[in-house]
Amino acid sequence: MSSELALTCRHCEIVRYGEIPVLGYDQFADTVARAISDGDRLVALFVQPEERAEHRLFAISTVREEGSLRICSTLVGNAYPSLTLRCSQAHWFEREIAEIWGIEPQGHPWLKPIRFEAAPVGITEFFSVPGADVHQVAVGPVHAGVIEPGHFRFTCSGEAVLHLEISLGYQHRGVEQALRGGPTPRTIHYMETLAGDTSVGHATAYCQNVETLGHCHVSFRGMVLRSIALELERLANHAGDLGALAGDVGYLPVAAHCGRIRGDFLNLTAFLCGSRLGRGMARPGGVAFDLDEDQLEVLQQKLDQAFADVSMTAQLLWDTPSVVNRFEGTGILTTSQCLELGIVGPPARAAGVEQDVRLDHPSDVYSFAQIPVSLWHTGDVFGRAHVRWLEIVRSVEFIRTRLITLHAEPVRASVKALEPNAISISLVEGWRGEICHVACSDGDGRFRWYKVIDPSFHNWAGLALAMRNQQISDFPLCNKSFNLSYCGHDL
Amino acid sequence: MFKALLTRWKFGNRTIGFPLEAPVLPERFLGRPIIGPEPCGENCAKCFEVCPTTAIEIVERHPTVDLGRCLFCGECQQACPAGLIRFTSNFSLAANKRSDLLVRHDAEQKLVEKLHVEMLRLFGRSLRLRQVSAGGCNGCEVEVNVLGTIVYDLGRFGIQFVASPRHADGLLITGPVTENMRLALQKSYEAVPDPRVVIAVGACAISGGPYIDHPQAHNGAASQLAVDLFIPGCPPHPLTILDGLLRLLGRMPAERISRL
Repeated sequence: MSSELALTCRHCEIVRYGEIPVLGYDQFADTVARAISDGDRLVALFVQPEERAEHRLFAISTVREEGSLRICSTLVGNAYPSLTLRCSQAHWFEREIAEIWGIEPQGHPWLKPIRFEAAPVGITEFFSVPGADVHQVAVGPVHAGVIEPGHFRFTCSGEAVLHLEISLGYQHRGVEQALRGGPTPRTIHYMETLAGDTSVGHATAYCQNVETLGHCHVSFRGMVLRSIALELERLANHAGDLGALAGDVGYLPVAAHCGRIRGDFLNLTAFLCGSRLGRGMARPGGVAFDLDEDQLEVLQQKLDQAFADVSMTAQLLWDTPSVVNRFEGTGILTTSQCLELGIVGPPARAAGVEQDVRLDHPSDVYSFAQIPVSLWHTGDVFGRAHVRWLEIVRSVEFIRTRLITLHAEPVRASVKALEPNAISISLVEGWRGEICHVACSDGDGRFRWYKVIDPSFHNWAGLALAMRNQQISDFPLCNKSFNLSYCGHDL
Repeated sequence: MFKALLTRWKFGNRTIGFPLEAPVLPERFLGRPIIGPEPCGENCAKCFEVCPTTAIEIVERHPTVDLGRCLFCGECQQACPAGLIRFTSNFSLAANKRSDLLVRHDAEQKLVEKLHVEMLRLFGRSLRLRQVSAGGCNGCEVEVNVLGTIVYDLGRFGIQFVASPRHADGLLITGPVTENMRLALQKSYEAVPDPRVVIAVGACAISGGPYIDHPQAHNGAASQLAVDLFIPGCPPHPLTILDGLLRLLGRMPAERISRL
């Protein structure tokens, strides 16, 4: 967005609601489209109702290599010319807008519900290819494993997948709608269950927003403990994913060991706060639990043990040519596709896109201590596995260093009443990628609205592209290498 | 190959001894609460006010906790000025009847009773379950999946998760049953041959959990089907799930049946 038209801000900074520019639609579309073509990435595009009967369309983008965000808005009626035609990153966002608010992005190439809020779920027109040997394979919503529901429609020619269409919405439970008017005692629990395996990530993003609007300064110890919980969440999930990838190519020793090691990391989180998924740890103002010297010592020892185990196991994976051979060249998502679609997290980094909220938009303890960005260049299953492994190494190193620099102080500060008529944007690098929460307060300091964007929201389209020209039998492997959230998407 | 064997040897046997041995739980784990015998202070409703899911009711000046709604956040324990609610490390939480999930100051815990004779003959040694994720946050699925790892090794009890409901003896349901999953759940249930068991895992599947009364969800599996086993938690610890399943199948060793 050209800077004179959009408001430039940082995340975790109070922005007066009234100061967000309201542009004419053409100006808005030009601003957003130009910014994206200049290298910005669209973080969020959403509509919220104004106090009058109007709807306001907001766009937030991240400025490459500057650590700042640009925000602008426009008022829309029942329809507006689609932005997707000018930038692909708006594709999914505009489908969401059309579904929730009934506002039509005119000319949108594939306008269908993504959560089936009002229509019967899954009943929609699927992408089709004419031809005698072309057939469709439909999978889900109930899958063969113990996983979340979603529907996949493969259009195939023989074994080759021409296109995969992903139809979600089965987990839709109306969270964003229920967040209005908060915070209430239930709000933090909504945050921790937006995506259960990212409880700490989403709770941290929420805490940062409440702390920003509530003028609260978290103590260093509070920040460190919160970041440790966040990194443990990453460790558990990455270790589990390496095991699942090994399982999908039939290398069972690593699958078995990683399943156990993942549990060891989950137990470390339970050691912090009693919950294996980190429920109850991150709270506005810091964290709910402290560790004494002995407990820190135990944490260190257990972490070292789990890391030794995961290192030995991962080495087995890289040393087995048949595994590496199956990973390499499978499910490629190219660098240019990642940039075009605005892919976040490990799938982007696996294709060489240097992008990590901990580096680009540091907050909490990441402002003081940097974790190197884990990059690879192939964009295939191997790349996504390797990036996960690099992140495991670096997260463990990060936690170790943090544990020796702690000094005694309270771990939780008090939060004042929320600043009225303000918004706060909070970004967190969850284990799947960039989590974005936008909180907007009303005149009484309650949530006028609250917007959540899980990394999966950006990345599902990437999985569809990665599957093109793959064998259909490679789908489980490709799917696992992304490991996206259904509930985080469906909300 | 040699390295894989070496790793296997170094890691050793990792399967826990439960149910024969008492398991080790994290120190901060919150299990079944107990409620002190004294009455609450006059007009005190502090626990009720902080509870995110109205799992607490104050009946004749005594708090009652509904484990089916409880998210085990511990807020009530911290809020109670008289310290009447205290969470213990007791991880045996499952019950056959919804009403057995109410924790009162004057009632004993009613543990899961095993299936009746005919069902036990069919399922006691071999139970195959189809898991249906009916909304929710994936937290319960995560913990159900853990049962398949070498640590819990569910297979040693003859319990297995299968791909098709037609191969299953019952459903294990997680999530509040979103409107968008209602039909899929119903179809999965109908595809399971009779007799079948239905197990609801987690606060969502029992009562709707954090999504109680949302228009997009249905307040749990019991709103759609008759449930044989309720396993509370948000999400339940894998041991809680395993404990419930073993008791239902009459597979809990005698010395653990009475001891909590």
